[in-house]
Amino acid sequence: MPPTVTLAVTRYRPEQESEPALQNYEVPFRKDWVVLDALNYIKDRLDGSLSFRWSCRMGVCGSCGMMVNGSPKLTCAAFLSDYFPGPIHVEPLQYFPVVRDLVVDITDFMRKLKKVKPWIIRKEEKPLAEGEYLQTPDQLDTYKQFSMCINCLLCYSACPIYGLEPSFIGPAAIALAQRYNMDSRDEAARERLEILSEHDGIWQCTFVGECTKVCPKNVDPAGAIQQYKLTGAAHWFKSLLLPWGTK
Amino acid sequence: MVRPITPFLWVLFSAGGTIAALLFPVHLFLSGLAFPLGWLEAPSYDFLHGLIKHPVTRLYLFVLIAFPLFHWAHRFRYTLYDVLQLKHLSGLIAVLCYGAALAGSATVAYTVWNIP
Amino acid sequence: MSAEAHYTPYHPKWYRRRVSVWWWLQKGSYTTFVLRELTSVFVAFFALVFLWQLRALVQGPEAYAHFLVRLRTPLFLTVNSVVLLFVLFHAITWFNLAPKAMVVRLRGRRVPDWIIAGLNYLAWLFLSGAVAWILLRG
Repeated sequence: MPPTVTLAVTRYRPEQESEPALQNYEVPFRKDWVVLDALNYIKDRLDGSLSFRWSCRMGVCGSCGMMVNGSPKLTCAAFLSDYFPGPIHVEPLQYFPVVRDLVVDITDFMRKLKKVKPWIIRKEEKPLAEGEYLQTPDQLDTYKQFSMCINCLLCYSACPIYGLEPSFIGPAAIALAQRYNMDSRDEAARERLEILSEHDGIWQCTFVGECTKVCPKNVDPAGAIQQYKLTGAAHWFKSLLLPWGTK
Repeated sequence: MVRPITPFLWVLFSAGGTIAALLFPVHLFLSGLAFPLGWLEAPSYDFLHGLIKHPVTRLYLFVLIAFPLFHWAHRFRYTLYDVLQLKHLSGLIAVLCYGAALAGSATVAYTVWNIP
Repeated sequence: MSAEAHYTPYHPKWYRRRVSVWWWLQKGSYTTFVLRELTSVFVAFFALVFLWQLRALVQGPEAYAHFLVRLRTPLFLTVNSVVLLFVLFHAITWFNLAPKAMVVRLRGRRVPDWIIAGLNYLAWLFLSGAVAWILLRG
């Protein structure tokens, strides 16, 4: 009898129930399988009605984030053998509204991401004839870590501040803002600072540090936020003491 | 922009936290354990009294007590928001916390100013 | 370009779970975080005790002696031991987290976290030594 493992998966079908409930599925236990493989097995062989997001299955698209045994994880990176003998609880990403089964709504994050203007902004674009922007490896090094973000939102699920105060702009948005602030080609650091210094910006963060712990790409959003607090504070003092120098 | 005062409060919190981290352990160990228990010889009253008259000591004492109080005010305020979920009382909590820190700092200032 | 996605916080069919008041007990790292934050209460407590001691010192030798007697009571000794533990917890977590905020770049490379933390610990040692040296002279 080949080994099996039980997955306890959240089911939520708004057309027939008002609250999510766990449903057990028995899937084969294979050493090379990840939770995503188990979910696909369920959908293919056991219960085609199960809804969940996934895409690249190799940890670069950020689609398959879910709570596995209470911790936010990419299901394509969570090996069944790490949770054997189980049962393995698979639930939708924490702190987001659940649309159906394991699918959450991420419009809130998309709106916040757009707010921080995650693109290169220049006061004046260089004309094409002048050629490309040049950047040394050291200049790249200052922001490279923050550019690794795949928008998987595991950090939002780990952040209790976001859970308690959904208006908080959140770790990934701030890390991505920093990615552009520290990019030598960008000239909009002041603009982003005003957005992020708002009531629900960086100052709500109390450095719990969970976001960095769960990040699958080592972006270290907690570090980005603390660095940004220092920048924001320095700017505040500069604007107070030298108001003419900050425009 | 001066209006959002949070960056300033965060700097007070950081300064207070650093001062508390660097200096509180030794002061607490000495005055709270080593001297009362006789592990080390406590400084005499005359020595201490002479020490605190010096303006540098007075400034040191003010910084040592006032900044950590503001560290507490800022941190405790956010702890109440997050742990006890008292966000709806945010105005009152802010006033109580920073008010208490201000009162404490004023007391220190008054005390060190009036050392005979 | 289609209409911008409209975020409706109270969509009738989406399920939103309320965060429990006990959220911080549900995970070890959350509990450690809350304990870390609560060290601020102990920090404030010692600041006030120190202020109290200072005021006794200013009031005169009898007042100061009386205060010293208070410090020797078992209650105060126990309380101060607990406060010391939490203050140490504050100091250690503070120094370990400092490198996250203080990023120093030397000649293009970022100075490793353990060096920044180490420098903080060295400063701690140095200042503690200086304070102890001054106080033990009298």
